[in-house]
Amino acid sequence: MSDVTIHSTAAQMSEALIAGSTTSVALTNAHFAQIEAVEPAVHAFLHLDKDGALSQAAEVDAKRARGEKLAPLAGVPLALKDVLAQQGVPTTAGSKMLEGWRPPYDATVVKKLKDAGVVILGKTNMDEFAMGSSTENSAYGNTHNPWDLTRIPGGSGGGSAAALAAFQAPLAIGTDTGGSIRQPAAVTGTVGVKPTYGGVSRYGLIAFSSSLDQAGPCARTVLDTALLHEAIAGYDQMDSTSINAPVPQVVAAAKKLDIKGLKIGVVKELLGEGFQAGVRQRFEEALEELVKAGAQIVEVSCPNFDYGLAAYYLIAPSEASSNLARFDSMRYGIRIGDDGTRSAAEVMSLTRHEGFGAEVKRRIILGTYALSSGYYDAYYGSAQKVRTLVKRDFDAAFANVDVLVSPTCPTTAFKLGENTDDPLAMYLNDIATIPVNLAGIGGMSLPCGLAPEDGLPVGFQIMSPGMRDDLMYQVGGTLEAALVSKWGHTLLSQAPALAGN
Amino acid sequence: MALNYDQAVAKYEPTLGLEVHVELNTKSKMFCGCATEFGASPNTQTCPICLGLPGALPVVNAKAIESSILIGLALNCSIAPFSRFARKNYFYPDMPKNFQTSQYDEPICVNGYLDVEIETDEGPRQFRVEIERVHMEEDTGKSLHVGGATGRIHGADYSLLDYNRAGIPLVEIVTKIVGGTGKYAPQVARAYVTELREILRSLGVSDVKMEQGSMRCDVNLSLAPVGSNELGTRSETKNVNSLRSVERAVIGEVIRQSNRLEAGERIVQETRHFQEESGQTRSGRSKEQAEDYRYFPEPDLVPVAPATQWIEELRASLPEKPSTRRKRLQELWNVPAKEMEAMVNAELLDVVEETIGLGSEPTRARSWWLGEVSRLANEREVGPTFLITPAQVAEVIALIESGELTDKLARQVVEGVVGGEGTPREVIDKRGLKVVSDDGALMVAIEAAILAQPDTAERVRGGNLPAAGALIGAVMKATGGQADAAKVRELLLKHLGQG
Repeated sequence: MSDVTIHSTAAQMSEALIAGSTTSVALTNAHFAQIEAVEPAVHAFLHLDKDGALSQAAEVDAKRARGEKLAPLAGVPLALKDVLAQQGVPTTAGSKMLEGWRPPYDATVVKKLKDAGVVILGKTNMDEFAMGSSTENSAYGNTHNPWDLTRIPGGSGGGSAAALAAFQAPLAIGTDTGGSIRQPAAVTGTVGVKPTYGGVSRYGLIAFSSSLDQAGPCARTVLDTALLHEAIAGYDQMDSTSINAPVPQVVAAAKKLDIKGLKIGVVKELLGEGFQAGVRQRFEEALEELVKAGAQIVEVSCPNFDYGLAAYYLIAPSEASSNLARFDSMRYGIRIGDDGTRSAAEVMSLTRHEGFGAEVKRRIILGTYALSSGYYDAYYGSAQKVRTLVKRDFDAAFANVDVLVSPTCPTTAFKLGENTDDPLAMYLNDIATIPVNLAGIGGMSLPCGLAPEDGLPVGFQIMSPGMRDDLMYQVGGTLEAALVSKWGHTLLSQAPALAGN
Repeated sequence: MALNYDQAVAKYEPTLGLEVHVELNTKSKMFCGCATEFGASPNTQTCPICLGLPGALPVVNAKAIESSILIGLALNCSIAPFSRFARKNYFYPDMPKNFQTSQYDEPICVNGYLDVEIETDEGPRQFRVEIERVHMEEDTGKSLHVGGATGRIHGADYSLLDYNRAGIPLVEIVTKIVGGTGKYAPQVARAYVTELREILRSLGVSDVKMEQGSMRCDVNLSLAPVGSNELGTRSETKNVNSLRSVERAVIGEVIRQSNRLEAGERIVQETRHFQEESGQTRSGRSKEQAEDYRYFPEPDLVPVAPATQWIEELRASLPEKPSTRRKRLQELWNVPAKEMEAMVNAELLDVVEETIGLGSEPTRARSWWLGEVSRLANEREVGPTFLITPAQVAEVIALIESGELTDKLARQVVEGVVGGEGTPREVIDKRGLKVVSDDGALMVAIEAAILAQPDTAERVRGGNLPAAGALIGAVMKATGGQADAAKVRELLLKHLGQG
């Protein structure tokens, strides 16, 4: 393996590093060269930490030279979503509010990455405070989909997904509150996993909606995603909601390539009206591959999923309205209007007016209203009941099947600007990903082909029961192998020149 | 004519409600590992969690849960098998997250009571104060408003924020409405807070220092015409920072509200601030339009579900009830109720008990702690227990009882110990404070005194015993005060043929 390039998988890079046929410094430099070449067109990053990355890479190389035992991903580069606190490195969550803020501490995920010797190249663009499905809500400009620069890279983690698709990094971290890992993966032809809620620590993840947020791995293959999953997962006493149980064996599951006898449920409600024809076609073709691999496909009904989107858009904004209250200019971030004549309340108000974008304000107002006395029961209370019903739908389904599947999104990547004036159309993009967050279970998106009508990637979603994340990797790994063998190439190799050919 | 207190309570029946906030004395804060020490430099006891930095998450302090359960058990409450934290949302610069993590509709302890005894015109009488809830929450930071005349936020040049207090565990103890006290409302309020403080102290869960704010009391009070079944509009008086103030605040509000009612005015539902100097209350924030705190369950924390076995272990570990203990010790030591109260109020019951346990006679132990030691402590503005240990006091008392020290010498020994000169023995040695009990040495001094005042000696010989005082004084002076005056008198009179 002396010929690893930026187009190699993280697993291949890891092998080459272990074999000594390349160094982390060389790999890191190669990725920065690619970033330099394509970043003006893609704009996946908000901040590049070349010095920090190269110093980590050199340290890993030195340790390896001394014969120290290192973690599997030691020396492999990674792009970090800007919503995770990294000590001393600008962290904005895509918001003007946090312009210039450098956290004094590392998120647990970041700490684990550093401990594993992973090289963090920089922070990726995202919708402000992870609110959005296109990264157009970033305060720092759009990210462009490497498949078609006039299209959205998905959101909120558009920067992480675009960085993978444009070969700027082999690995990335995303966060998923209603689909922010899986939808960007779907529209960029990459792989993204939202682990079981509590599977990965939220400590240091700037909260959007605490009961829904979950950090997870993003990569170009199922195995790479699994390797990163095992590097960041596990119980953390700094996060009360983290699960104190062994991490599911997702790497072994991804390598299994065998799903004989598994029962796979197709969710009826996630395949109906509003789903693009090409999306349905590629999804159904993928199902055929699963049947060929020995799985049994059954149709499953989850009737309460129809209310999932509405419940989500009450719960998430409610929690956000409280989580975002701390951005008041008193302790960190920007401060507007502190000219010696204004009161603290006036400065807070001006700062929040200037610092938050329109979508964030929309959700704060929605959430504040939903929690208000007199409306609480009708909105927040009802939404929590729907959430329980969605969970029950999943429980009932998983009593009969091992995993559930659906298209990740109803459509392929839409044009930049196409939905910015229509929040509801934008919200509908998450219809298939949201139930997974409401139930706190695991979800994966992997590419299942290009839609015939527009030649853009289609995402295939696999949903597994809580703390059985291994099952989605087992099915995902098998499907990926079958599709690559059928196509004779990876999907990303079909992407335009920008992405790497 | 304005009503005075007696006239007011003849016409109106007061109804009380007491909310007491207690800072727990846990080593670390409610949701993070920061220290809780009082008086540290501003913002030195903070971290990403208690500063509410983006991404930081809370983790509940198990010791704070334990303390809250102990408080609930001591107040005869039921301990909830499942309780939750909630977010109370409002903006204020000294609140790092702009929500307070508190308990709302699912508190950890509910439905208890505390019996208190007060003196009435008809003798001692017991009142039961019912407890509605005991819940946990976190304290806010502190704002210091600089400039301007009042030290308040309006008119200040700028404000300083100290987040050391942010996240300190607080327990709020809320009574149900306390009615039927009639004119004794002030005493019942005071007795309740006093007894609550004693209980908290006995549990060791808080420093309960009202003057430092580790125990704060809000007094809710309303009036209704005597005989009426309805409750009047209440005011909520904050900033009541001593036991005496609790009593005065009730009196002040009874007088203020009754006079408003007499004048045909209505009572405004509002918070009021107690003024230590005048004993009156000043209008604060109106509560007529209830603030909407948009409470919802804290999604960053899991529910608190204490195991039954743990609760039972804590129940078994409860110390003797302070009221029971006071009765027991009062009988054992045979001291009047007033003296008992004095020891309790001076927070000296524990050390007096320990001193007596080391063999000292109860009256002496009590009077040394409440007298000389307290006097020295007042001079130095520290607590008596910081100056001297019960063992040292017991040692001094033992030396008095054995005749090795006089009371006067003992005071010097105590002063030396308090001044850091060492143990009582070391002070005695260093200062040479031994009682001169050697008859020979005393006789030399007595003879010298007689030689110096032959006329006086002659008068004594002639039967004028009071004249001996001058000679005794001279002997005492010659021995540097280290002689036992009674012994000197005895030897002198014998020598002059009067013994």
